[in-house]
Order: sequence, then C-alpha cells, then structure tokens
Amino acid sequence: MQWVNVILQGVLIGGLYAMFAAGLSLIFGVMRLVNIAHGDLIVLAAYISLLVTQALGIDPLTSLLLVVPIMALIGYALQRGLLNQTIGDDLLPPLLVTFGLSIIIQNGLLELFTADSRKLQAGAIEVHTFQLLQGVWVGTLPLVQFVIAVAVVAGLQLLFYRTALGRAFRATSDDQAVAQLMGLDTRHVFAMAMALSLAVVAIAGVFLAVRANFDPAIGPARLIFGFEAVIIGGLGSMWGTLAGGIILGVSQAIGAQIDPGWQLLAGHIVFLLILALRPQGLFPKVSG
Amino acid sequence: MNRVEHASRSSRIGIALLAVAFLVLASAPSWSDRQTLRLLAEMFTFIALASLWNLLAGYAGLVSVGQQAFVGFGGYLLFAAVIVFDIHPIAAILIAGPAAAIIAIPVAALIFRLRGAYFAIGTWVVAEVFRLLASQISILGGGSGISLPAAAVIAMAPTRQMREFEIYWLALGLTVLVLAAIVVLLRSRHGLALTAIRDNEIAAQSNGIDVARIKLIVYVLTAFGTAMIGALIFLQKLRISPDTAFSVNDWTAFVIFITVIGGIGRVEGPIIGTIVFFVLRQTLADLGSIYLLMMGAVAIVVMLWAPKGLWGLATEHFGWQALPLQRQLVLKEETGGKR
Repeated sequence: MQWVNVILQGVLIGGLYAMFAAGLSLIFGVMRLVNIAHGDLIVLAAYISLLVTQALGIDPLTSLLLVVPIMALIGYALQRGLLNQTIGDDLLPPLLVTFGLSIIIQNGLLELFTADSRKLQAGAIEVHTFQLLQGVWVGTLPLVQFVIAVAVVAGLQLLFYRTALGRAFRATSDDQAVAQLMGLDTRHVFAMAMALSLAVVAIAGVFLAVRANFDPAIGPARLIFGFEAVIIGGLGSMWGTLAGGIILGVSQAIGAQIDPGWQLLAGHIVFLLILALRPQGLFPKVSG
Repeated sequence: MNRVEHASRSSRIGIALLAVAFLVLASAPSWSDRQTLRLLAEMFTFIALASLWNLLAGYAGLVSVGQQAFVGFGGYLLFAAVIVFDIHPIAAILIAGPAAAIIAIPVAALIFRLRGAYFAIGTWVVAEVFRLLASQISILGGGSGISLPAAAVIAMAPTRQMREFEIYWLALGLTVLVLAAIVVLLRSRHGLALTAIRDNEIAAQSNGIDVARIKLIVYVLTAFGTAMIGALIFLQKLRISPDTAFSVNDWTAFVIFITVIGGIGRVEGPIIGTIVFFVLRQTLADLGSIYLLMMGAVAIVVMLWAPKGLWGLATEHFGWQALPLQRQLVLKEETGGKR
C-alpha cells in the first residue's frame, strides 16, 4: 500500500510538471523558441499571486482570475516588444535574450521580495484529504491540481485543432512564410502563443506556490522539469507532455522513497535513459 | 606558388601588443599588491572560460548553458585527487583535462541527440546531475562541501606569498595556453571548417565538412580546457561545495555575458568582454543584485542591436584583427597582393 501511495503522489505532482511543460511545448511548437526564462516566469506568477492575495484578501485559487490575464498580457507584450525581434534562422539571439531575461527576473524578484521563501495559504483545502482505497489517502488539493492540469492539456488540444487561432498556430508552425502570404500577421500569432503560454504558466505558478515554499531562485529547476517532461513525452504532442510529466513525477517520488537525496537525481536519470533509448520521446507526434 | 596569408598589419601590431602585455603581466608579482594579483588571476580564468565557451557556441554553434558541469568536475577532481589519492594539486590540474575529455564523450553521445535550443537545456540537466552526484560523495563533504587540507596547500610552496605567485603564474600560463590552443586550432584545417560552420552550417555540410564530427571534437576539447580551468579556480578558492562548483550564474551566465558583450564568434571578443565585465564589477559591485540585473539588460541590448559585440563593431569599422586568423590568398604573380 505504501508504494501505491508513493506512485499516486507522483502521478498527482506529474500534473503540475505537465503544466510547466505545456507552456514550453506550445511556444516551441509555434515558433521554435525555447524560453529559458520559462521557470522564472512561473515564479513571477507566484509572486504576482502573492501580491494579489495580500492586497485583496482573496484565496490563491480565486486570484487566478486576475493572475492569468495579467500573465497573458505580460506574455503578449514581451513577445511583441522583445522576443519577436529575436526570431529568425539564428539560434543564438532567442536563447541568449531569454537567458538574460531569466537573470533579470530572478534578480528583480530578489531585489523586490528578498531571498526569503514564501508560500501561498489556501486555507482548509490544503490539508483536506480523503480515503480513496483501504490505506490509500489522497489530498484534495493535489487532486484538484491534477484535474486542472488534465483540463489545461485537453483545452490546449481543443484550441489547437478546433479553433481559428489554433489553425493560425499550426499554419505558422508548418511554414511561417506561407502563413504570412495567406494573410496571417505572424507577429500577432507569436504574441498570442506567448500570451497563452504564460496563461498556463500563471496556473502552474499559483499551484506551485500553494503546494510548497518558493523563492526567487527556484525558477531554473522548474524550467528543467518542464523541459524533461516535454522530451520524455515526445516533441509536439500535448497528451505526451502530460504523460511525460507523470513519468517524471512518479520517478521522483520513487527516488525520494528510496533515499531523499535521490528524488531529483531519479527524475534526471529517467530523462537521460529515455534520451538514450528513445530520443524521439515516448509519444511523438505522428508525422503529417 | 600561391599561398594563404593569416597575418595582416593590425594582427602584427596585435601580436606585439599581446606579447608586451604578457611580459608586463608575467612580472606582475614584482610590481603589484596581493589584491590586484588575485583580481588579475580571476580575470585570466574568466578569459579562458569565455574563450572556451566562445569556441563552443560562437564557432561550433553548440550553445551550452551547462559548462558549469566541467568547471565543477575539474574542481571536484582536484579535491578528490588531493584528499583521496594524495596527488600534488598541480598534477591534479593536469589530470582534470583528460579526465573531463573522457567523461565528455558519453555525455556528448546523449545530449547531441537534442537539437538547437533543446541541446542548451540538455547540457544544463547534465550539470544538475553532476551537482547532485557530487553532493552524494560523503568523503568530499557531501552537500556542504569541503576545504583543501592544509598539508596539501603547504606542500605547494613553503610561504603564502610564494603560493600566491605560483597560482598567479599558473592562471596566466594556463590561460595563454588555452588561447594559443584555440588560435592554433582555428588556423588549422579544422579551424577553416569551424569558421565555415560558424558562417553557415548547411553550406559547410554541403561542401563536405563532417559537421557532426567537428562538433564532437570541439565539445570534447572544450570540456578538457574547462575542467583544467575549473580545477585551477578551486585551487585558488581552497574550498569547494556542490553549489559553488556547479553554479550556473558564476560559470555560465557571467561567461555568456562576457562573450556576448565582447563579441561572440571572434577570438578577441572574450578578452575585451572580460575587461569590460571586471571594470563594471569593480565599480558597480556594491549594487548587489541590481548589478546582475543590469548585466542581463546590457547583454540583451548588445544581442539585439550589436550582435557581434564590441569587438565586432571594431572589426567592422576599422578592419582590425588582433590575432592572425584571417585567410588571405596571396598570388605569386602580384607583388602587391597583400593589403
């Protein structure tokens, strides 16, 4: 029963990792941009939620109603104002600019909020648990987080394949020049993709901050978890990303159960194993 | 016979100036105080690290944000060699290079499967794995780190002053060696291939260059140099911990900013960048995290509006090259073939 519990906790945290990964995967899919500041933007969302909850006295989950649009706006402005200028054949500018951005966000947060670790208080739901099976307990909050992660992935999938915006994303992803010839404003399409990515980041950031302590320096590790989930799942597949997050979460949970020092290492090792044995990921997008 | 000329007038001046600078720096222990000496030694290590990263990212197009893996590896190898195997620290620095090169081959086999930007994050994962593994080694202090035993430090030189001179000359010598190795590599046949890859990878490939092989060679050589410099850095510091040894800020962020500001894809860039970086650091260090924030902003501005960096601006305006790296065909019939 102990192992069932461990694996279940791993699956639930995997939902959070899938949300880290979904935003990363989305912008890579649309504009081949890897955002090194992705993890720091997750932490930024957590701090914005902290400010909102303190200022308005609302609970973190309600604060999402504000944090999500704020982050989406930041994403749109960031892409239009800065990142669009880096998109091109050369790999270096987007990488180095987002790397610089990561350093700026980290140190900006450090300057504003100090290095003290913070946490968002969600009240009674945080400690509420219920018995799923004989001896298997599930926290309500991790379950809510997992359900929302599945909903986010399903929502992105729907948006990609059933809406006009999704069609624009796919067209730009397939061929930027042709998409432009067909009358799409790619600068706007890219900015919309980044806005959507940061909307997902906002949800992930708030759940991260309710679940555990956070401080300005934890961003890069979140980027790495998201990245590992993307590669494990297979590039270009949203459901694969969810599976990748779950595999990463379960590996970490099993590692931690064996030895607390092995939690992160176990996740990285599974990632490297998949890279060695199946570099295209477990569920790559079917070509075409 | 026609021949290819590497040097130009500006590169002859550049070499002469560098030779003078080398003599002045080599004699620094006789004219400078201890603090300046330490600062200079630190600058040398950053010039070397940035030059190596420049070779990797600027020429071979392998943008790594995980070179701290090899800095930390070199540092830990030094401490392991001294503490566990009782090897002399300077010998340990020499071992660090080949050891890192051997480790770099399987690492490359894994992360070369990732393309472009994902390769960058892959290198970071490797550095994280190295950091986590280092914190599991209890004989080297585990997560909290360890100091170099006093006996080994004293064995290097009898007095503190002599030891500091020794480390200074070691830093200068190793950095000159790294720079010389890079210049020799770039002037070789492989260097021509590397420059071609820098300018256009697809065109290079279609002209018969084995791009994958050249990239592997550069990755392994860079690991070799980076680990030796890493070992030297932690010999200066006399203390190591997983967080300092595998710090992404110290060994990657700073190194990238230095290279970008100085001029990526130019050998002279990292030298110029290091000087600018240290001048800024010495004047703005009191600002703490604001200083880092400004560095990030400067790097973004340079990347967007002067992507070839300060040295790139200089070469464009004046046609300068400080090192004899260009290739100019000199035809025998023409007596005035040289510029």
